[in-house]
Amino acid sequence: MSPTSPAFATATLADAAGREFLSPSGVEIVFVLVGVVVLGAAVLCVTSRQLVHAALYLVVALGGLAVQYLLLTAEFIAWVQVLIYLGSVVVLLLFGLMLTRAPIGRSPDADSRNRPVALVVALAAAVTLVTLVVDAFRTTWIELDVPHGRSDALGESLFRYWVLPFEALSVLLLAALVGAIVISRTGRADSSAPSAGRSKDAEGER
Amino acid sequence: MDALDVTLRIGAVLLAFLTLPLLVGQAEHKVMAHMQGRLGPMHAGGFHGWAQLVADGVKFVQKEDTVPAGADRRIFQLAPAVALIPYLVVLIAIPLGPGGMVGQVIDAGVFFVLAVLGIGVLGQLMGGWASANKYSMLGGMRTAAQLMAYELPLILAAASVVMAAGTLSLPGILDAFAWWWVPWQLIGAFVFFTAGIAELHRPPFDAPIAPEEIIFGAFTEYSGLRFALFLLAEYAGIVVVSALTAVLFLGGWHGPFPDQLGWFWMLLKTGVLCFLVIWARVAWPRLRVDQIQKFAWTVLVPLALAQIALTGVVKVVIS
Repeated sequence: MSPTSPAFATATLADAAGREFLSPSGVEIVFVLVGVVVLGAAVLCVTSRQLVHAALYLVVALGGLAVQYLLLTAEFIAWVQVLIYLGSVVVLLLFGLMLTRAPIGRSPDADSRNRPVALVVALAAAVTLVTLVVDAFRTTWIELDVPHGRSDALGESLFRYWVLPFEALSVLLLAALVGAIVISRTGRADSSAPSAGRSKDAEGER
Repeated sequence: MDALDVTLRIGAVLLAFLTLPLLVGQAEHKVMAHMQGRLGPMHAGGFHGWAQLVADGVKFVQKEDTVPAGADRRIFQLAPAVALIPYLVVLIAIPLGPGGMVGQVIDAGVFFVLAVLGIGVLGQLMGGWASANKYSMLGGMRTAAQLMAYELPLILAAASVVMAAGTLSLPGILDAFAWWWVPWQLIGAFVFFTAGIAELHRPPFDAPIAPEEIIFGAFTEYSGLRFALFLLAEYAGIVVVSALTAVLFLGGWHGPFPDQLGWFWMLLKTGVLCFLVIWARVAWPRLRVDQIQKFAWTVLVPLALAQIALTGVVKVVIS
């Protein structure tokens, strides 16, 4: 959980001096357990040979992350996580799988033979992120007794302190949207014959 | 909040979850019958067939619970639960009356409700895929396409009310409600209710289940209790969407004597909206898949955006 504004940060991040790390509270135990579930579901997601099972493991992993947000009292983020990722992204993914190929049982071609590379990239990303988070927060302690992720506090910081990045992001997303429309339009303008030929070529390459 | 209070609230929510969908189901039997010049069920239970759905439930329990040989067993069996439980969870956040007559006050209640509702569709996708049946697969794909089209206007219409109230909490929205919100948010109410019906695959948006065409879509292979659970999910969905429309756009418990009769106004508004859902099934033929998509993207989304613009303008003018 990152501090969302300078004032917010000084108010809620107290020093961890005098905190006991060896006698965890119930919330901390649950947090670790849910974290283990998320990790397990994520590993199963990338190793499963059954495409739809992989997508459903992704549901478990993303839902577990929402629970983590809830445990950190970031309620708003948790529901947005459920709404966007579980409700839309995974449904889109399943839709794509059903439209293309989603056989029941194992897909022999689900393995792209990139496992070593993927493992290296995943480990590098994990090491970078863990180093970053540990170095950024060190021993700061966030009191969870008062909820931090209330929507009004979030709105205040988002539209007051962080309004410029927010607007920049919205322009970026708009550009991506327009780009996607342009790409889909140009494909259709070429008349249907070349595109049909292209898809046949793509079939052949598989 | 002590243990007794929590137990009472959970019990009340569970009771509502177990009775209201059955009431709507029975009302559908009778209302459809009378609209079509029939009588509907008349025998079960004696008085106007009031126990028909109980008898149906007993019948479903007795039936064999089959799983197709080629199906993905675990996902096939899990799907009805994934489809049904979100509606139970959503009921916790819907306020019945003023002054804490709600299962649990949730700060970002609108987001909670819409987020959890979206999960129910996953159950139908799982069932559609795991059945190893081309009709089920078609139903699942239509379900997914319909959800993606109608989720956007649903959220935009709800966002308009959130803007008007200045809070995401459902009880908070009702506290801020005033009678002139009804005409002010009328377009949003239409968009929300229509998109809600479409997400439930109720007629005229029932192309994903279309019994005469793709044989109940994702539910083709289901029998017995699991099929009944899918049906129960549909009726629970009608209750939830009607109750949400009543809370967001019709003022929920607002009415004469809200402190004593608040729960009655809320139930009355919900009931009238449920009646509209049933009426729509009798009144309109089924839309084609492309018509459903076109209606979402070219009618509902622009209307929802117009409503948001209107809400913003009025909000700035009166503040």
